[in-house]
Amino acid sequence: MKTPIQLTPPKGPVELTLPKARQIEGSRAIAEAVGLCRPQVICAYPITPQTHIVEELSAMVKTGELMDCEFINVESEFAALSVAIGASAAGARAYTATSSQGLLYMAEAVYNASGMQLPIVMTLGNRAIGAPINIWNDHSDAMALRDAGWVLLFAETNQEAIDLHLQAFRLAEELSTPVMVCVDGFILTHAYEEVELPTPEAVDRWLPKFQPRQVLDPAEPITMGALVGPESFSEVRYLAHRKQLRALERIPELSAEFNATFGRNSGGILRTYKTEGAETIVLAMGSINGTIEDAIDELRRNGHAIGAVILTTFRPFPYASVAAALKNASQAIVVEKSLTAGMGGPLAADVTLALANTSTPVYSVIAGLGGRPIPQASLESIFERARDRELPETTFLDLHWDAVNQAITKELSWTPHT
Amino acid sequence: MDAPHIKAGQTMNVEAKETMNVEAGQKIKFYQTGTLTVGNRLLDEDLRTVQASEERSNAITSGHRACQGCGEALGARYALDAAMRAANGKIIAVNATGCLEVFSTPYPETSWTLPWLHSLFGNAASVASGVAAALRRLGKADIRVVAQGGDGGTTDIGFACLSGMFERNDDVLYLCYDNQGYMNTGVQRSSATPPTARTATTPAVGTAPGNIFGTGKDVPRIAMAHGIPYVATASVADLHDLERKVTNAMQVRGARYIHILVPCPLGWGTVTNATIRVARLATESGLFPLFEAEHGEIVASSPIRRAVPVEDYLKIQSRFAHLFRPTRDDAHLAALQAIADKNIQRYNLLRNDHGNDARKEAA
Amino acid sequence: MFQVRIHGRGGQGVVTAAELLSMTAFTEGLHAQAFPSFGSERMGAPVAAFCRISNTPIRTREPIADPDGVIVQDPTLIHLFDLFGGLSKEGFVLVNSSRTPESLGLSAILEKLPTGHVRTIPATEIAREKIGRPIPNIAMLGGFAAMTGIITLKALAWAIHTKFPKALAEKNIEAAQAAFAAVQHAIAGEPIAARGEELMV
Repeated sequence: MKTPIQLTPPKGPVELTLPKARQIEGSRAIAEAVGLCRPQVICAYPITPQTHIVEELSAMVKTGELMDCEFINVESEFAALSVAIGASAAGARAYTATSSQGLLYMAEAVYNASGMQLPIVMTLGNRAIGAPINIWNDHSDAMALRDAGWVLLFAETNQEAIDLHLQAFRLAEELSTPVMVCVDGFILTHAYEEVELPTPEAVDRWLPKFQPRQVLDPAEPITMGALVGPESFSEVRYLAHRKQLRALERIPELSAEFNATFGRNSGGILRTYKTEGAETIVLAMGSINGTIEDAIDELRRNGHAIGAVILTTFRPFPYASVAAALKNASQAIVVEKSLTAGMGGPLAADVTLALANTSTPVYSVIAGLGGRPIPQASLESIFERARDRELPETTFLDLHWDAVNQAITKELSWTPHT
Repeated sequence: MDAPHIKAGQTMNVEAKETMNVEAGQKIKFYQTGTLTVGNRLLDEDLRTVQASEERSNAITSGHRACQGCGEALGARYALDAAMRAANGKIIAVNATGCLEVFSTPYPETSWTLPWLHSLFGNAASVASGVAAALRRLGKADIRVVAQGGDGGTTDIGFACLSGMFERNDDVLYLCYDNQGYMNTGVQRSSATPPTARTATTPAVGTAPGNIFGTGKDVPRIAMAHGIPYVATASVADLHDLERKVTNAMQVRGARYIHILVPCPLGWGTVTNATIRVARLATESGLFPLFEAEHGEIVASSPIRRAVPVEDYLKIQSRFAHLFRPTRDDAHLAALQAIADKNIQRYNLLRNDHGNDARKEAA
Repeated sequence: MFQVRIHGRGGQGVVTAAELLSMTAFTEGLHAQAFPSFGSERMGAPVAAFCRISNTPIRTREPIADPDGVIVQDPTLIHLFDLFGGLSKEGFVLVNSSRTPESLGLSAILEKLPTGHVRTIPATEIAREKIGRPIPNIAMLGGFAAMTGIITLKALAWAIHTKFPKALAEKNIEAAQAAFAAVQHAIAGEPIAARGEELMV
């Protein structure tokens, strides 16, 4: 059913019903959100699709819009996170951003930052990891370093991307641990949509000045990054584990505090959409949830008892919250933009473990790899097949089976030269 | 001249001093001026070594686990104390993974009395750049930043980060402790390993034993090519010169690089009390020239006082033993001598006090 | 919801057009979403950009498969790709050309859509004249505004001022106005019954 748009008389510009909202590019929104958090050192290396974020930030620093901040152009992503490590250890609020191959190139530093408990915030513009080289969106980059000890948060919209960065700096500095905010490359970073940015005053009240837990200071010298042997290493790891569990407690509290402060329900562990009375519940992360919600509305109109869980906090994985959200479902469908070759979806694996004490089947749908569009109609078809118990355990959405079968036939017919 | 510092309870032999200082303005040549012996106490304060002072910071203090005779521990102590003095005690040090880091910080102990950060093997230069940026933002630019690493962490795995730091002219003094190999991991070859040297990955076996000719990097010259404000080579054989160069480097801001030869008895196969001697032979043979450069141009070099053939240097290190036994490898010895001769020519190392080639004048 | 697909080549401002369209709709009090079909930055390569406009918040992220409007900035693409796939029966097509739709090979589309829903305007020429550069995107938006009534010139002018420095913005607005007037002129010359006054979305 469609509703008419009033064409005459047209409304004039400038008299906006939402004066605080703006129609801007996701990257711009993220850059402004980061700017509001008053970072002191930003270092970045360009990689599609994160580039617009750091370009905006460099302009903001150059014009003085972002004050008291140094923007450093580094020679690699490894250098970028390393600069952030040094800056954070010396007591400055540090930020960087990357995607895909860049995240892998800084992998050593990613573990180093979490091991040294430095509260760095990094934006990950989700992009597929090669080979084959692919610049489009999927979640393989976040998956590659999901166990590196960073908190991983996924934004559904550009508004949530803004909000998660604000919450990320608070969480990171409170617990003294690094946080990655995942934003779907191109789909969110390069999309124009309406967002509302809070005022600098409001953010200053929300995010106080950075007070490091430990800092390099000649007045009180410390050694950071010592060699820790077998006699102490396990204890260091256990304390990190405990800190991540503490993060799971703090995240919903911060989300509630954010809601009370800024009037928006964003962040947190997860959200549910029309799960009351739902027999089938779909779980996914990131922007695909928008299309899923539209699909659910359409199917509900047709009498399908279906709902969705929008998972925001991916690491540490909130087993208890996910199990509770899926408690009353007869089946769960996990739709994800990631794949572990030879095994299946890593997100589905986590959800399956969350439901280990139940008999609820988990259907895994691998979709959108390398930026393959995910049409609403395709999702609806999958959800209906699941309802009708016609879905295999793992499904590759919209795979071009002809091309696949051709390649398999060709491979099988290859013989070595004699 | 100010009276030299006298510790309470000590007396000074006034007559002896007057005897030595016969005429006002007479220059006294003491080669031992960098030590606690005769020359030091008679020198102007600003010519005395940092280590000779009781007020030295001991940035790296006792208790570390370095090998007996470790050149790196010696070099680090002299370099950092000199930097600390120049910066009024306000230094933050960033260390790459390597011998120095491992033997100085066995948790829960540390030898460092200054604020010190170890991140990874290849990123010391970048981390240091980040520290420097943070200090500027925090209004603490009087605190200076020193990055340090071995040759492996500097010339190989840390090379990209190093070049980036140079290119941006980040305000960091980078100290490379060059023992010409990856010593901490068991003496493997790096791009700083000299030709023919034996390492665990260039073993002295087969038809071409040791490291290959025609490979390797001259990082001081690469640093110069970046045009940074200050580049120098130094050695534990001339510790006063090392202190002086670190002090010089600390007088300016921007990217600075000092490449310090620090023999490793284990890796080089030298007896543990020969560290300084072998370093001196490296310089006196011409294989490790000492010089300073500013913005890509050489501004000073240390002339060789007593030239020696490279053989004198090589034969006391068992990493070069295969050049002599079972037979003399004259070809490679000559090739190494050629490298030394080229350095001598390039940096004008064999010159008399008038700056002319001493060999030519003698002829 | 009103969905627009814009086709052209890299360097013609296709992505900017979609962004401006979304900003214009936003300032009219509507919800809008714009995004490109993403690719490496390369001049001359085929580019598509999407814009959704709606009374209600837009959640979906799928590419636009069933557009209500298709803007073609480069007619050389017409016979290379299926630019009109999924086009709604009441949809609009605006092509950048000084030729007629028939002569561009669009007769089949002309038959399917209501009269007056398929037009061409010489946007590149208008742009050259008003802006001094052959970038047709803004002129196309002006023409599209007149054709569909989905946005006003006033709102479009506001969006243009946000994106471009003053002098260039004013020239662009002139280009939009010229294109708008050209389409209005064409409409005025047609029988009244042919015009679409109200759009069901």
